[in-house]
Amino acid sequence: MPFTRDQMAARLATDVPEGWCVNLGIGIPTLVANHVQGKEVIFQSENGVIGMGPAPAKGHEDPWLINAGKQLVTLAKGASFVGHADSFAMIRGGHIDLCVLGAFEVAENGDLANWATSENDTAPAVGGAMDLAAGAKRLWVVMEHTTKDGRPKLVERCGYPLTGLACVRRVYTNLAVIDVLPEKGFMLVDLAPGVTLDELRAKSGAAIHAN
Amino acid sequence: MINKIVQSVAEALAGVKDGSTVLIGGFGSVGQPDVLIEGLIEQGAKDLVAVLNNAGVGRIGVARLMELGRVRKIICSFPRSSDPVVFETLYREGRIELEITPQGTLAERIRAAGAGIPAFYTATAAGTLLERGKEVREFDGKRYVMERALPGDVALIEAWEADRWGNLVYRGSGANFNPVMAMAATLTVAQVQHIRELGALHPHMIMTPGVYVNRVVQVDRGGDWVTPEQA
Repeated sequence: MPFTRDQMAARLATDVPEGWCVNLGIGIPTLVANHVQGKEVIFQSENGVIGMGPAPAKGHEDPWLINAGKQLVTLAKGASFVGHADSFAMIRGGHIDLCVLGAFEVAENGDLANWATSENDTAPAVGGAMDLAAGAKRLWVVMEHTTKDGRPKLVERCGYPLTGLACVRRVYTNLAVIDVLPEKGFMLVDLAPGVTLDELRAKSGAAIHAN
Repeated sequence: MINKIVQSVAEALAGVKDGSTVLIGGFGSVGQPDVLIEGLIEQGAKDLVAVLNNAGVGRIGVARLMELGRVRKIICSFPRSSDPVVFETLYREGRIELEITPQGTLAERIRAAGAGIPAFYTATAAGTLLERGKEVREFDGKRYVMERALPGDVALIEAWEADRWGNLVYRGSGANFNPVMAMAATLTVAQVQHIRELGALHPHMIMTPGVYVNRVVQVDRGGDWVTPEQA
């Protein structure tokens, strides 16, 4: 059985060591926070919340405390607030150990496309994605392995406009965990239960190497 | 005696000229100077360049200002929202100009303006569509894009508390773009929930020193919040 969205997030969370400062994008990446229990991980939100806790219990929501996805959040013990300039200095200055983003496409050279679907996109919304792609120490992508209509999202070269060049280190999908290695391309780390290497390769748009 | 507190929103926005570049704080609805935006709609200035993270939600606030045809250009990172109807219509009809800037580059361009730095290089957007038309330079073998400072004629910001010097304390995640925008405009106007006696705000809590602030207006946003510590 391929991984569910929650299982993809859980699988990724097992690879996050204690002590990292982590920025999670919107969508499946946000789910990663639910799966790091027992480890001290600092969740950074680009709107200036350094050290987010879990979602608030009903009746304990603070309308002044949101994350980058505009969801209400809480603070972990040890949390702090900064403004946008400082928050993005933290991101762009290489102080974020890990950024987890979704993607439209990831290329075998590590290029990431996740902000616009064409050069003529009516109003592409980049947000903080290019800052995170350029500035985080490492970038992992978590996404479905193919589009809804079955097209591969792991490709030789991105067709969509790029968010960042050669920035993706690892990809977690519903089918597998795959490293993106310089000079080499996609290298299988492990398969989701019941998924075969042949199936994985059939659903990928670039070579998947395996040891 | 220094006293930056004004008695009305109209007084706070007096003198804002047509053609102004207006920096507008907030991220989502948190830290957004909603009363000042309403005041700007009343005030009447047009041909504005609006600088903010999003391009407005629904038909209120900045979206309303745009719908009234008062915004010539918007500079933002994320022109989508839960309900971007006004912006999308205007943009499709070619009635508003859009400049997309990565969020961190937007903050840094504003910070640079406030710090007297005319331009800077960043790795953000290098090799992407958003580097088009910009100077590109290599430092130590890595590609960087030159970005220009982005000063405002006016900054509209929101804070939780102020004193008569214009010192500001923010609440929760309400700082966001507000402190950096406060630095970068010729006229910085703050709407605040509470006015405190001079000396009552703890110096360590003041994120924006009053030096950056020209006018403060107290607004009633309809009730107070109870903080978790008070609950």
